[in-house]
Amino acid sequence: MPSNNTGRHRPGQEHFIASLAETPVAEIDQVDETGKARSTWTDAWEAMRRRPMFWVSASLIFVIVIVAVFPGLFASADPRECYLKFSNGDPQAGHPLGFNRQGCDVYSRIIFGTQASVTIGLLTTVIVTLFGGVIGALAGFYGGFLDSFVSRVGDVFFAIPTVLGAIVLFSVISVRDALTVSLVLSLFAWPQIARIMRGAVLSARNSDYVTASAALGVSRFKTLVRHVIPNSIAPVIVVATVSLGIFIVAEATLGFLGIGLPPTVMSWGNEINQAQVTVRTHPQTLLLPSAALSITVLAFLMFGDVVRDALDPEARARR
Amino acid sequence: MGISAIALLSASALALAGCSASEAPAESDTAAIITTNGSEPQQSLIPTNTTETGGGKIVTSIFAGLVSYTADGDVVNEVAQSIESEDGQVWNVTLNDGWTFTNGEAVTSDSFVKAWQYGALLSNAQSSSYFFDNIEGFSYDEESELTGLDVVSDTEFTVTLINPEADFPLRLGYSAFMPLPESAWEDLDAFGENPVGNGPYMVAEDGWQHDVQIDLVTNPDYDGVRKAVNGGVSIIFYTSQDAAYADALGGNLDILDAVPDSAFATYESDFPGRSVNQPAAIFQAFNMPYYLEHWSGEEGKLRRAAISMSIDRAEITDVIFQGTRTPATDFTSPVIAGHSDNLAGAEVLDFNPDEAVKLWAEADAIAPYGDTVFDLAYNADGGHQAWVDAVANSISNTLDIEAVGKAYPTFADALNDRDANALTGGTRAGWQADYPSLYNFLGPLYVDGAGSNKEGYSSPEFEKILAEGASASSVEEATAKYQEAQEVLLVDLPSIPLWYSNVTGVYSDTVDNVVFGWDSVPLYNEVTKG
Amino acid sequence: MLWYAGKRFLQMIPVFFGATFLIYFMVFAVPGDPIAALYGDHPPAPGVIEAVRAEYNLDKPFIVQYLLYIGGLFQGDLGTTFSGRPVIDVMAQAFPITARLALLALAIEAFFGIIVGLVAGLRKGKLFDASALVISLLLISVPTFVVGFVLQYVFGIQLGWARTTVSGAAPWGELILPAIVLASVSFAYIVRLTRASVADNLGADFVRTATAKGLSRRRVVTVHVLRNSLVPVVTYLGVDIGSLMVGAIVTEGIFNINGVGGTVYRAIRLGEGPTVVSFVAVMVIIFVLANLLVDLLYAALDPRIRYAK
Repeated sequence: MPSNNTGRHRPGQEHFIASLAETPVAEIDQVDETGKARSTWTDAWEAMRRRPMFWVSASLIFVIVIVAVFPGLFASADPRECYLKFSNGDPQAGHPLGFNRQGCDVYSRIIFGTQASVTIGLLTTVIVTLFGGVIGALAGFYGGFLDSFVSRVGDVFFAIPTVLGAIVLFSVISVRDALTVSLVLSLFAWPQIARIMRGAVLSARNSDYVTASAALGVSRFKTLVRHVIPNSIAPVIVVATVSLGIFIVAEATLGFLGIGLPPTVMSWGNEINQAQVTVRTHPQTLLLPSAALSITVLAFLMFGDVVRDALDPEARARR
Repeated sequence: MGISAIALLSASALALAGCSASEAPAESDTAAIITTNGSEPQQSLIPTNTTETGGGKIVTSIFAGLVSYTADGDVVNEVAQSIESEDGQVWNVTLNDGWTFTNGEAVTSDSFVKAWQYGALLSNAQSSSYFFDNIEGFSYDEESELTGLDVVSDTEFTVTLINPEADFPLRLGYSAFMPLPESAWEDLDAFGENPVGNGPYMVAEDGWQHDVQIDLVTNPDYDGVRKAVNGGVSIIFYTSQDAAYADALGGNLDILDAVPDSAFATYESDFPGRSVNQPAAIFQAFNMPYYLEHWSGEEGKLRRAAISMSIDRAEITDVIFQGTRTPATDFTSPVIAGHSDNLAGAEVLDFNPDEAVKLWAEADAIAPYGDTVFDLAYNADGGHQAWVDAVANSISNTLDIEAVGKAYPTFADALNDRDANALTGGTRAGWQADYPSLYNFLGPLYVDGAGSNKEGYSSPEFEKILAEGASASSVEEATAKYQEAQEVLLVDLPSIPLWYSNVTGVYSDTVDNVVFGWDSVPLYNEVTKG
Repeated sequence: MLWYAGKRFLQMIPVFFGATFLIYFMVFAVPGDPIAALYGDHPPAPGVIEAVRAEYNLDKPFIVQYLLYIGGLFQGDLGTTFSGRPVIDVMAQAFPITARLALLALAIEAFFGIIVGLVAGLRKGKLFDASALVISLLLISVPTFVVGFVLQYVFGIQLGWARTTVSGAAPWGELILPAIVLASVSFAYIVRLTRASVADNLGADFVRTATAKGLSRRRVVTVHVLRNSLVPVVTYLGVDIGSLMVGAIVTEGIFNINGVGGTVYRAIRLGEGPTVVSFVAVMVIIFVLANLLVDLLYAALDPRIRYAK
């Protein structure tokens, strides 16, 4: 982001970065001039810990992860026991959310579907953010040939229809699990994050503090890691957290088309897809797994918000 | 049991619908254009190269063959005055006078003979070429003229068959047997884009907008049995049935001949008294390949029977399909004359968990099945997942084995594994009849080496009875033989019958007298509007 | 600037050949025989399949197929579909419709997304912000099919305000409803991105400076905060053009639109190499141009971004 230029991460450098007139004196007063130089990341952690929203979202994510790892602790009904006589049936004892079209217990299918969905959502988001983020940052920061090359490769990858790519890749890769599905999704999603990161870095690299860094003799690479990336990461976090939900749905679309997880693996997306046909008569079988997806996305959106604020020195200062 | 009751119900519902329609002679507009759903033809409109429903619907509307089919699948002469044979081998065809194509040319013996010759010739690569394979001179391997076609006069020709065939005339209403005018031979590609026919309708000027719709208008010179009482039909191409259904609900479509599964539960209330749900000439099943371990010989026979009896067809058609499928009782379809629901051995198609478990155990005594996963292949792009899952659940609940669906991304991919004998389990199999005959459901599917017999079934007994039926001297005798042949199939189960697809249609209140034919296509010419 | 744009145009050449080669190879690598599959459950005589395969050059090695395609391309022949239609005709039909649909969707998501995101960012933590969050979550987790179906049912069937499906000519007016459906998922991204940027920039020095200079809040917000917040939003919009054009398969299906997404999807399923490659090649060019436009917009939005080289 432009103008995040108080540069509090390196105490003692303020004078080079912004004129005193623009820098509220109060902020300077807060600077711990005696302490050792702290990294942005340590500052961020300090800031995060103090916010209730951090603890709320972190606990929510913790619960989701526990459910994903130990689904058996949370559901007693066998999610694979499906009898058509219960098709779209109402809730009853032991089946709190009723039954889906195939007569399977909706509650335990959601619980057991958490693992695949959350794994793919998280894994894909992490791969895409790391890979796309690094590529985009380098392209934006160094520019020139690197930028042109990376951007055009990204254009090609973005133009390849994911369905085509997935059909071809899965005809070669015979294993279809959370890891391979995440890798395939990542292969076609990284250019998005790369472009976002590149755009943000382009804004940040011409900021005063970058110029100042250079003037001080800090290496280009160090400047990128210490100053540019922390100041450019906000939009990446936003897109990543929203994408997490999109990936969970995308997995299901691939599965639906016969190129994702096999239908034997339970996932929220699979449930949502299969419930589409009966959405007019039995919307709950679609809305319940959607709700699970919503809560997960919400948890990560909140978490992302907190992280973003924490990484942004000004937002931290305002609090 | 319930099966025949369902068949009866839908039959009487149909009769009622027919009655009310004819009792209400609203002033209909003979110039009104009926709108209906369809899909972009896969090929240009050359009859011998049109084998799919999108193009077939158009071809049968703009061409008239020697015979045509009534709603019930009965054969009536159209261009033919008579089609006769003494021995079932040499057929004398006499044409009616006075038939013309819409460009003014007369319909003569040559119109048929030249079109058939073209359709059969190897190098022309027409998709329907195999329909001529019983006519003398036909060859699959080399360029060869149909020597069995002999023009006697402008209104008479003879057809000599390789093997006698009692119900030969039955197939002559199929699109492959339509006549073509002389003008077609000048530039067949151009003709396919703008065909000139002799049917109840003709393509309007610039009527075919690719991927959008085709406009057919009434052919004023047509004077056959399918004379149109409306001004024309506009067939709007849809890529999704849901979109077509929405248009029908929104009043933008007069007739919809395929209700999407998302509306199975509601179409009858959405269109009160204006919906149709009756069996169609579509047979659905799945096949267990003979090359798989556990699925050949005596063990395979026991396992096939056990699997068949572990599927609750009535419940699946009722719950998953909301009654828009009819559980199978044979290997054909209820709309075909000669269909039977009391073949000897048909109880193998009833849901019978105890017997299924017993037979499965007997098979296990021959060779234990162990933890092998039972999978059922289907193409994910065809909307099969729901029933495949339901069938797999039914099998797994009854036999206590792990049964799952196996999705292939495309039809081509699934077909590839079938053709390469590379399946790991069962495969979805379906058949829609080309013409209303029992033989069409049996010959192409279960004769060793036939095009659609991909899972390796081979039974000399079945083939002998089938051949006897084909060469029988009367249709009744043929039917008896075909039923007997199916009794062999019921023992061997090369295909495990599931159900017959129904045609499910709805129509708006602006149209009347909507009757669906045996081939699931509404009889457009009889529809009144206004 | 001109040099910069010219360089980007030149980059299209290697990108075009790289992309077409890659895509052609991928279509070639799709398992299954596309010709055998054309006939569904009714296989024709074996000789027929061979003849048709030869007609479409599918019997030749991959590299020959590709070179034949490129050769045809230079003569203005992009090949034909399996139904015998020239691919160029199919493109001439699909691209204008999709372009209209994508532009409408882009305008809708940008307009509403930025406004909602701006207000949410200005009132972070308030009721409006929370409502925007809930709507975003809903749009992320409910599939497009359902959103489309509900809107079609309510506006097309119940209220009769819009045609249930789009007619063949696909005029602008009929595309509004599908464009709203198409924009729905991206809307969530834009709202979140704008909100985050606005919230960040509110505390930035230049805003404080502007406020201190006595500028009205409206002017500070629209000129300073919003303009500086738009870089990530514009980036996202540039990237989104692709999903709006090729990814509109579901929306096109619901509203029976003959667009690029559905055509490419069908062509992939059928294994129609020339169709897939020709469409994707145009898409690559659109991407390169869209990204060029985005890069030029950066310079306009943020004066610090300069393209020296």
